[in-house]
Formats: sequence, structure tokens, C-alpha cells
Amino acid sequence: MTPDLVGDLESPDYASHDRAAHGPYTPVFTGDVKRELDELLTHYPTKMAALLPALWIVQRVHGWVSEEGMAEVAGLLELTPAYVKGVVTFYTMYHQHPVGKYFIQVCTTSPCGICGAEDVVKALVRHTNTGELGLTSPDGRFTVIEVECLGACGFATPVMVNEEFIESMTPDKVPELLARLP
Amino acid sequence: MGYPHHPNPRETTVLSKHFGEADARTLDGWKKRGGYKALEKALGMQPADIVNVVKESGLRGRGGAGFPTGMKWSFMKPGDGKPHYLCCNADESEPGTFKDRELMRWTPHALVEGCAIGAYAIGAETAYVYIRGEFTEPLHWMEQAVKEAYAAGIIGKNAMGSGKRIDVHVHKGAGAYICGEETALMESLEGRRGNPRIKPPFPAVSGVFGMPTTINNVETLIAAAPILMNGAEWYKKMSLSNPKSTGTKLFSVCGNVQRPGTYEVVMGFPFKEFLYDLCGGPLHGRKFKAVIPGGASVPIQTMEEAEATLMDYEGFVAGGSMLGSGGVIVIDDAQPMVTVIARLARFFAHESCGQCTQCREGTAWTTKILERIRDGEGTVEDLDTLLDIGEQMTGKTICVLSDSCAVPVISGIKKFRGEFEALIQGRRFHPVTAAVA
Repeated sequence: MTPDLVGDLESPDYASHDRAAHGPYTPVFTGDVKRELDELLTHYPTKMAALLPALWIVQRVHGWVSEEGMAEVAGLLELTPAYVKGVVTFYTMYHQHPVGKYFIQVCTTSPCGICGAEDVVKALVRHTNTGELGLTSPDGRFTVIEVECLGACGFATPVMVNEEFIESMTPDKVPELLARLP
Repeated sequence: MGYPHHPNPRETTVLSKHFGEADARTLDGWKKRGGYKALEKALGMQPADIVNVVKESGLRGRGGAGFPTGMKWSFMKPGDGKPHYLCCNADESEPGTFKDRELMRWTPHALVEGCAIGAYAIGAETAYVYIRGEFTEPLHWMEQAVKEAYAAGIIGKNAMGSGKRIDVHVHKGAGAYICGEETALMESLEGRRGNPRIKPPFPAVSGVFGMPTTINNVETLIAAAPILMNGAEWYKKMSLSNPKSTGTKLFSVCGNVQRPGTYEVVMGFPFKEFLYDLCGGPLHGRKFKAVIPGGASVPIQTMEEAEATLMDYEGFVAGGSMLGSGGVIVIDDAQPMVTVIARLARFFAHESCGQCTQCREGTAWTTKILERIRDGEGTVEDLDTLLDIGEQMTGKTICVLSDSCAVPVISGIKKFRGEFEALIQGRRFHPVTAAVA
């Protein structure tokens, strides 16, 4: 364990993310995306059940889920924005602030921990120049976070870069991984 | 089997037979391998007869609890006038477990088929496959398989021309271990925070959307197809030790071992031979020290216990642990147990939903005390405090996440007390291999 890299049980400090810098909000659910949501709604007997999928769509389009995004979803699914925020904050995968172009998640739970996951975290933080877990690198390219079990324990250490799932990462392979990202 | 996918001759590959064959992921490839024959057969049977075959086979839930599947299905009363639902729990998040990931990424159509059989058997028209959000690859293959199955008329309004409607929908989670708990999964599926519900009512009475629901693990549903094809007797015969544990079981092996991977063996296989022969034994120059055999929520086994264990539901209990989800975490003599256990406790603290005080506070306190001991700042009273907290966390909450955190802590302190005491007394942990390396 590396106390300097591993925060306490509270969330990382996201103060450095500038939400205001992202300009005015553009609605997500228009045209094809609206039709995608309409199709999703046929899967469930209630509108509320489409909440998690709808939030995924917001994140896919905007890269994170802003309060405006939550309000848009709330309106479509006949929920209150406060309710939607309550759901968003329960789950770890919705970004409540902008993140780097490449959002990197590293598993460090015990099975990976005993196979050297901490060294992978250190190498990623060093080579991405993010300085600290949860922060974004000055060039806006990378955010690295430590996550709980990614469910690929036999392929320690698994790393996710956005939607891409990479198995068997080691500190040596980190520079190569970062270099191939456009 | 380890990687690349070459099964060990001592494995019995029923569910994992087509791991590593990219072609098996497509509808054509799956049909070539006998796919959807079981569903066709099922749709020609009475639902009650399917339930009976599964009951007779002795199949038990592969997600952790080991509840008899046929009995669970029989709780769904036909003709009650309510819509029934099938939920497939693919929220595999138990540390050490990655068998369902393999099943879904190599044989997605097997799960579509299993869901359709299960849904028909319990009188449901809709099955939801709840996949954890991090499983991008299994999710991709499952979505593709569902799309192909709809296009071919295998599922949908008139499944395989039977006149029965069977819909299968893939639902993506968003990062919460607790959503693998059955009632939390249903809450999450409904678009809520994943807080487990108080039981009763049980899901068969009031599950997702308040309707009768059955929830099964991925591996359980996939096992239904070969049982229907080959018969209950065939399945029941696959048992090396206790007749209450039948069939094959996937064990995902990780940690400090030569050949990690997903292995399929008949219930009752000797754990010692499994660890040393199939998985190749410890890494060079090291020795096994402990095993967590069923995912992070089960008691830690010493090697003496593990080596005497037969791998089935009863065998793991006799060996001082539980079969759980079949996620085998192997720990060698280079790992300080306190660090391993502290990290597990931290996992549970992170994943507690916060509803119950015992869990919300207990997991956090446990983590803080363990990390203090790990960092050489523990006191002699800490071990008693940990055991006391553990006791207060057991059997007192809505779901078993709290118990799951206490289990490795209590068993760890009982079985490896010396390592805790050494750190408290100011002696640092010296990995045995430091001398070797």
C-alpha cells in the first residue's frame, strides 16, 4: 500500500475540475437519441426504469452528467431533478464533473493488490502527469482513479481506459499504453 | 482452464467447452455447436415439467447462496394473473470472481438461451440481464447476441414459432457492488438507488416492479440447457463427493498462482489437486499461505484446511469456509495477511450502501483499525475491538454485505493472529521470498 497515493475513504478532491468552463448546456435527447430513448422505454413497464440507461446516454454524449443533464432526464421520465441526483450520486460510474479525455480506472482490490496493482497505479499517475488520483492532467488528456474489483481478477491488473478493458497491465507496459492513445 | 484456452484433461467442460472459440459468439457458430436445441425442446414441454427436470438434477444456485434452482422456479405460481419476471444476475462483482464474465464474452448465446428457458419455465414474458457497467466487453457480446436472436425469431413475440412471447433485455449497471444483492438489483433495475430491500416479501411474491420475480446467476441459467438436453440423471451423476452437490462448477482462480483462469470441474473435486495440478501450484520460490475459496465474502482457509477440502457446497463448509461464488483467491507467503484483509475491508466500506448503521459504520471502523495495524500503529486492544465490531456486524442488517466484511476479518484474525500481533508489537512483515529474491 502506498499511503501517499491512496486517499482516505472519502471521495477524491474534485475541486480542480472547472464545470463552468464547459459552456452552455445542449440538450441530449433530440433526433436519433430521442428515438433511442423511446425504444428503451418499451423495455420496461415504468418510465423510471429507463433512468440508468438514460443517464448512460447523457454521459456518452457529454462525457459527464451535469445537473442540467439530470434535469433533462428528470423531465423526460417524469421524475424530479433531486431524485435523479440522488440516483446519480449512488453509482460510481457517472461522472459528476468533467474528466480527462481518457478516463483510466485501475483495480486495486485484494486479488489485484497481491499481484502488484499499486505499482500499476503509481506508474499511471507518474506517466500521465496527473499528480494525484482523481485529478486531471494539465493537458486535459488523463484522469486516473483507483476502483474496486473490476471482475477480471485472473488477469491482474485490469485497467479500463474509457470503454476499453485492458487485461494484465504491468508498470512496464504503461508508457506503451499511453503512447498508443491518440 | 488457464490461458490460452487449453482445458486440463482433468476438467469436465460442459459450460466452458467453447471458451476461446471466437466463432461460438455468433448465432451461426452457436447453432453449429447445438445451440438453441434445448430452447426448442423446452418450448415443446410444459413449464412444470421443465421445473421438475431442473429440480431432479439437483442444480443449485451458482451465484453464492447455493439455493436449489428447481425449487426457486417452483415458487412462481402459474395463472396468478400477474406479469412474471426473470432477472439474470450478471452483476459479477465479488472480488476473485470472473467466471460469468468468461461465460458472457465467449458464449453469449448460451445465456440468451438460458434466460429464454428460465423465463418460459417460470411463466415470464420478460427477462432482464443486469450486467455490471464495467463489463464493456461482455455487454457488447450480449447485446449482439440478443439482437441476433431477435432477428432470427428465437426470442420476441413468437419465440421459435411457439406462440409464446419471450423478451430478453440487457440492462447496464453503473458501478455498485451491492447491486449484485438480489433485491438491490431489482431496485436498481427500477431506476432507484441500489438499496437492498427487507425480506419478506421474497422476490417470488413481490420482486421487480412489485411482481413475482425469479433471479438467477448467469452460470445457473446457462446450466439449464445441457440439463434439459441430457437429462437430470446425467447431471446428477456428476458428483464426486456429496449427492447434494451435483454437476460441474466453474471456479475462477486468481492471485499468487502459476496459471490463473476459469476452471470447470465436477462437484467434489479435491481442492489440493485442483490448486497444485490444474492451477500449477505457487509461483517460483514461493509457498501458498492461505486461500479464500468462494469470493471475498467467505472465510479464509489455511492451507491445511484447503488441502483437505473437497470442492462442493458441503466440502467447503467442512473445510472451514464456503463455496460462495467459486472465486478462488490464492495468497502466498510473500503477502502480509493484514494488508490483504485491510484491503478487503476497504472494499466493503466503499461498497456499503449506507442503509444500516452496523454496516455503514462497522465497515469504515474495521477498515480504519486494520489500516492502523498495517501501518504499525495498532494497539493490543485493536484485535478485540475488531472481533467485537465483527460480531455486531453479523446477522443484524438488511442484507449480508455487513456480514461479508466481518467474515474475512474474523477468520483472518483467528487463523493468522500471529501476523497481526507481530505488527502491533512493532515487528515488520518480512516476506519469505525477500530472502529468495
